[in-house]
Amino acid sequence: MSHLVILIPIALGLGALGLVAFIWSLRSGQYEDLDGAAERILIDGDEPAD
Amino acid sequence: MTCCDGHTATQTALSSSAETTGRLAEEELRAVSTILDDGLLNTVLVVPDMHCGGCISSIERAIIALPQVHKVRANLSSRKVSVTWDKDAGGGLAILKALDDLGFDHSQQADAEPVAKTVSNKGRQLLMSLAVAGFAAANIMLLSVSVWSGADAETAHLFHLISGLIAVPAVAYAGRPFFGSAFRALSARRLNMDVPISLAILLALGMGLAESLSGGSEAYFDACVMLLFFLLIGRYLDHMMREKARNSVDSLARLTAKGAVLVGDDGVLDYIALQDIKPGQHLRIRPGERFPVDGQIVEGVSDIDRSLVTGESESQIVRPGEHVEAGTLNLTGAVDMTATSDATNSFMAEITRMMETAENGRSAYVRIADRMASYYAPAVHLLALVTFLGWLFVTNGDWKASLYAAIAVLIITCPCALGLAVPVVHVIGANRLLKNGILLRDGSAFERLCEADVAVFDKTGTLTNGTPQLDHALYVRNEDKSTIARLAGCSSHPVARALARTYGTSSTCVLSDIKEVPGFGISACQNGKEIRLGRPSWVAELASRITPDADTATTAFAREGEPMAMFFLNDSLREGARQAIATISKSGLQTEILSGDRVAAVNRVADDLGITAVHAELTPAGKVERLQALQDQGLKTLMVGDGLNDAPALASAHVSMAPGSASEVGRMAADLVFTHASLNAVPFAHAIALHTKNLIRQNFALAIVYNCIAVPMAMAGYVTPLIAALAMSASSIVVVANSMRLNWLSPDVSVELPDRIEVINKTGTSAAIEAAPVIPNQPAIQS
Repeated sequence: MSHLVILIPIALGLGALGLVAFIWSLRSGQYEDLDGAAERILIDGDEPAD
Repeated sequence: MTCCDGHTATQTALSSSAETTGRLAEEELRAVSTILDDGLLNTVLVVPDMHCGGCISSIERAIIALPQVHKVRANLSSRKVSVTWDKDAGGGLAILKALDDLGFDHSQQADAEPVAKTVSNKGRQLLMSLAVAGFAAANIMLLSVSVWSGADAETAHLFHLISGLIAVPAVAYAGRPFFGSAFRALSARRLNMDVPISLAILLALGMGLAESLSGGSEAYFDACVMLLFFLLIGRYLDHMMREKARNSVDSLARLTAKGAVLVGDDGVLDYIALQDIKPGQHLRIRPGERFPVDGQIVEGVSDIDRSLVTGESESQIVRPGEHVEAGTLNLTGAVDMTATSDATNSFMAEITRMMETAENGRSAYVRIADRMASYYAPAVHLLALVTFLGWLFVTNGDWKASLYAAIAVLIITCPCALGLAVPVVHVIGANRLLKNGILLRDGSAFERLCEADVAVFDKTGTLTNGTPQLDHALYVRNEDKSTIARLAGCSSHPVARALARTYGTSSTCVLSDIKEVPGFGISACQNGKEIRLGRPSWVAELASRITPDADTATTAFAREGEPMAMFFLNDSLREGARQAIATISKSGLQTEILSGDRVAAVNRVADDLGITAVHAELTPAGKVERLQALQDQGLKTLMVGDGLNDAPALASAHVSMAPGSASEVGRMAADLVFTHASLNAVPFAHAIALHTKNLIRQNFALAIVYNCIAVPMAMAGYVTPLIAALAMSASSIVVVANSMRLNWLSPDVSVELPDRIEVINKTGTSAAIEAAPVIPNQPAIQS
């Protein structure tokens, strides 16, 4: 029982971390242009495009 | 084209100097840009030819190099480029020029949202809900698995409480799309799929809370959150499909004027936006522009192309005093006109109003999922009630046990599989169409498309290409061909363009003094002799010998004192038209032509295609009436058309398709838009629609079979949360797996689009025909 007190918060915390990361990626516009993102990796930018 | 710009500009008094043209174009660009908070301008340009990472990088590099540009971002998915620039630091035309220099076609998008918002708020909200539901479902499942695998009572109780703590806020947040829609349906005294969904989720949640607080052993938290997660997937896919289609349709070229050049009293030219045009104003329409509002020509002569407006395939001459409708394309000469209407009263606006009236009729269509819901929801609620009463009777009034059994019935019958049955099939079908260049604007178009009994076609621009093509030529000498190509290349008249295409544009011959005479043709000097290309009677003035049949030719060419060459052009059939009509007839649909063009021209095309039901010289209202007459006979209509004059008919038909070359209004009115040239898109879409219908029926059958097993179990009280979770996921997976078969089902082989064969093969059609069970052919489908 006692180890659960540590393990459950860890499990929930990791899940929440994933959720926060997803929400951040959504907010920062990473889902705006999925085709473009796939192609941009091939552009070797001397200067950042953005 | 560079050869003639200077000459044609000086030719008519109405043309303006280069600086004025530049200033007007700049004003036009600024008018369509959004002003940001910091005073910078944001312009969204549609660049349809952007295809790869190379395009992105060359566009961004070229534009960011300009000093006035602060930020540029190309979006490959929506084929748009968003540029933020400072109008004080330099002109916006340089941006357009940079794109021109790279060889990209572009058009400006008026009242655009900045590219940063291409994923709409609704899509974003659904995605966030999906993420929250996914997080909750994963964690609650983790806790549930340990309960099911035999945790002791104390741990199970703790786990239930934690699950409840996660589930309540998750359901409150992620369930909003369903609760809102169910509430709206109930307040309108209707039942839709969301009513039983919301009820099941809320009851499961409430029962779980009651159980875990009272220390009970069974909680349905996992079932309720998982349900939400699966259903949100369906909802999001459905939304994505529409969004994608809307974006693609947006990125097709714009065909309406966004404004016009106003001629002030003092002769000063100014660019004004469409909504600022008032009746009585003098407007100047340059060649290649469309008339923004209805008006009367006051000065200048030009050829105009009404094909998108009335369906007439041949261009006409307009002279001062004549009336032109908004949307007509000005071909050869600059003209001044007096506006007789403003933007809200023009011909185009009238068409829009007719479309709205027509659309009201169609909104009566009830989607198959909602039709199912109207039987399903009452049945489920009745079953739950029967269970409750039955248990009360059997257990002698143990209302708590009875209530649990009733709720278990509601949860287990919750239309998880039903909620996925339709959207998954539609999304896969829409993707399949998209790969073949067909955009689907609304999933229910699939349902309506398979019900069609009559395929009704417009002629100009739909069955035909809408642009003339050289049929045959007489007396053309080989040494003249390059001269003709050069001369024809200087005009934007469709006939000249067709000749330039035929004879090639790579000619190097030297011409001087090139003049375009609106209504007649184009003339020039070569080696001191005048040459003319245009109307036969006008060219005949130069020619040494005239053949008696000269007047039957579409256009002619002659060199001063030499014999005349004649060209015969007609509006050629669209690629694949014959095959498409044959396939459509074979699949049991009647075919019919409704055209605004003259009887002779329509009959020629009808004879060629073997269509016997022909109606010509119809007004837009006439087309709607004819469709109405067909619908009164109980026939469902599929309308395929492109013009402004077709738009009301497109909106009033049971289901409609438009080519990508259609007028904007036509594209907006159509359920499906096909972007490849071939008309084979019509039978192809029809075949795919029949497959989706079959798959949806199978999915419903699977869901019903599942219910037939699960409901008696639930009524008998044998369902535990573990069984509910297993049964619900299993039924959803079966339905999704069955829907995936649409990727391999082959439509009638003969409708493969010739220009996309490689894509079709890549999706595995040919290889998978033997492997996947092929759906029975059309006769079975129509039964």
